[in-house]
Amino acid sequence: MAVLKPILYLLVYPGLLFLFIYSTFCEWFDRKVYARLQNRIGPLHTGRSGILQPIADFIKLMAKEDIVPEKADKVMFSALPVFALAIVSTAALYLPLWHYSSDTITFNSFPGDLIVVVYLLSLITLILFLAGWHSTNLFSMIGGVRVLTMLFGYEIPFLLALLSPAILANSWRLAQIAQFYQKHPLLLLPNIIGFFVALISLQAKLERVPFDIPHAETEIVGGTFTEYSGKKLAFFRLLSDIEMVVGAGLIAVVFMAGFPGGLILGLINFIIKTLIIIFLLTAIRAACARIRIDQMVNFSWRYLAPLSVLQLLIVIFLKGILR
Amino acid sequence: MPFNVPIGPQHPALKEPISLRMTLEGEVIKDADIRLGYNHRGIEKLAEQKTYIQNLYLTERICGICSHSHTTCFTQGVEKLMELEPSKRGLYIRTLVAELERVHSHLLWLGLAGHEAGFDTFFMYTWRDREVVMDILEIISGNRVHYSINTFGGSRRDIDDLQKQKILGSLEFLKTRTQYYLNIGTTEPSFLARIAGVGKLPKETAIALCAVGPTARASGVPRDVRRDDPYAVYAELPFEVCTADSCDVLGRVVVRVKELFESYKMIEYLLKNLPPGEIKVRAPRRVKEGEVVSRYEAPRGENLYYIKSNGTDKPERLKVRAPTLANYAATIEMLKNGFVADIPLIFAAIDPCICCAERMVELVDYRTGESKTVLMSSLSNRPFSGRETRFGKQFSSQALSLKKEVAWPF
Repeated sequence: MAVLKPILYLLVYPGLLFLFIYSTFCEWFDRKVYARLQNRIGPLHTGRSGILQPIADFIKLMAKEDIVPEKADKVMFSALPVFALAIVSTAALYLPLWHYSSDTITFNSFPGDLIVVVYLLSLITLILFLAGWHSTNLFSMIGGVRVLTMLFGYEIPFLLALLSPAILANSWRLAQIAQFYQKHPLLLLPNIIGFFVALISLQAKLERVPFDIPHAETEIVGGTFTEYSGKKLAFFRLLSDIEMVVGAGLIAVVFMAGFPGGLILGLINFIIKTLIIIFLLTAIRAACARIRIDQMVNFSWRYLAPLSVLQLLIVIFLKGILR
Repeated sequence: MPFNVPIGPQHPALKEPISLRMTLEGEVIKDADIRLGYNHRGIEKLAEQKTYIQNLYLTERICGICSHSHTTCFTQGVEKLMELEPSKRGLYIRTLVAELERVHSHLLWLGLAGHEAGFDTFFMYTWRDREVVMDILEIISGNRVHYSINTFGGSRRDIDDLQKQKILGSLEFLKTRTQYYLNIGTTEPSFLARIAGVGKLPKETAIALCAVGPTARASGVPRDVRRDDPYAVYAELPFEVCTADSCDVLGRVVVRVKELFESYKMIEYLLKNLPPGEIKVRAPRRVKEGEVVSRYEAPRGENLYYIKSNGTDKPERLKVRAPTLANYAATIEMLKNGFVADIPLIFAAIDPCICCAERMVELVDYRTGESKTVLMSSLSNRPFSGRETRFGKQFSSQALSLKKEVAWPF
């Protein structure tokens, strides 16, 4: 049993199988809500109300011809999608869903795992840049450079916003942060500024409107993914779905008191909380136009960064008062 | 270090093939070059082989969006040559369709502007409401795209009271929606950030480069054929020429939305004051010898037709100058010193209809830079249209030699 549990954890729940099913469901949810907000119907044909559409898309892409550009670095070009998927799936393992104990240190829960998740999520940005760079396509390169430029905008507000609840909870371990806020739910309220900063930074990290600058289709065709096709593109698409789930899960743990209640209730908690966050992300996506890269960096340093510092100050003062 | 980026001939921002070659420094455009000729269809040549009645429908097919503009421009020219006075009621119906077409074209453009700026919700909303205008046009003409309402001496279909009521009812809905789009287009922060101050075209430059239509009007040049050289019944209609002073893409949005309101006003007036009588007068088959220039204010700007007749039932020469062609020179000026991200927006802001503007192709040898003329007779002897046996052999050898010659310019 002691061996079986980690294997189940890695492969079934919340490992690969659950991540695949849930992230495709989230993509369907995102597409459906986005479509309804735009007065469209959205996916309809595959499965009930098109619920299987993302899986169908994935399978179809897997079966498509896979082209590697002649001048591209073939090893890097092919390895990067796999690396990216592996990294983001690893990040998902640290979400305190199941099979962890807040007393003892386990492989998926230890002090500082918050930083590890943030690190793994920013590693994906680097991989997207490398993918664009190694495609040796002009549009991919512009996309890749834009990915990095955006990173300088949102990464620091994102980290600062996630740190402030951790400082209030006096722990950098996701499970303990969640436990702290389960005991003191009222203390979630002072973190509200940080919540929105993290939400907007996550939107930028996921490269969705208004921050879909690296793959703005009307400007630079497919951006980073211009040269990708077939299996590799399918991997990248799955990557962005899983990244959305992990990002939403991370915000839910830090700002919404995690997922208490054991296996079943915890799962329900996880689904409800991540869907709320994904709904907010989709609403932002539907209500905005794409901004320019210089406007994006300007926006994050003019508004997001000061707000996240303000959030830190609030938390530090609050901590002094509470003590 | 400056480098080149090819936008087109195939690119998601372009709805039709055209080649924009950008010289960039970082994200800033230093120079731009427009190459045309990817969508040449030889319509002018075809028109010389068809009768005037047939050309009525041929010119309509020059464009899918401003189809009525082209055929009306042609009809007016031919009527002038025939010295024919069209019936009043026919002219009213013709103008009504023209204004409805302007409404549908401007709504379509608004959506496209939203799409180019990544604002897809705006795109979906405007295109949904555009369906209302399309339905009105279908009520009147039976068609959604090529209305075929014109004929020499008037129009082909009449409007009855039931149709009038339906159109007036739909107009109320359109008015409220347009007000909503005016609010969004001028207040939504992320959209505004993308369009304000982008693609500057100062008034003097607009005049010097002969910009037409909403592009010129957004630079504060009150240039409108409907007022400057009234055709059809525009002399009797109440309307104002809408201009903006901001000289940027925002100005072009504002001008087009304002024009929508003017069009609603005109449509209402036309429907309420529709004169009684026949919808058309009899027109002769043959056209007197002579030449004529016909002007028409299409949704995108001034449309210009030159028709030369030789006394037969076919034109000797038909020359079309679509508004997009007149705006290309100004577009290059607008693109300079802009950002890469603004290319689709600036280019879309002139509401380009590329296939309208394609009147000729030039064959240029890539290595020597020599251009050559190909005659119609030599074209018909080419292996592409030739016999099967010759086709296979010649084509393959040609394809092989082509592969060696073509060098990827970047």
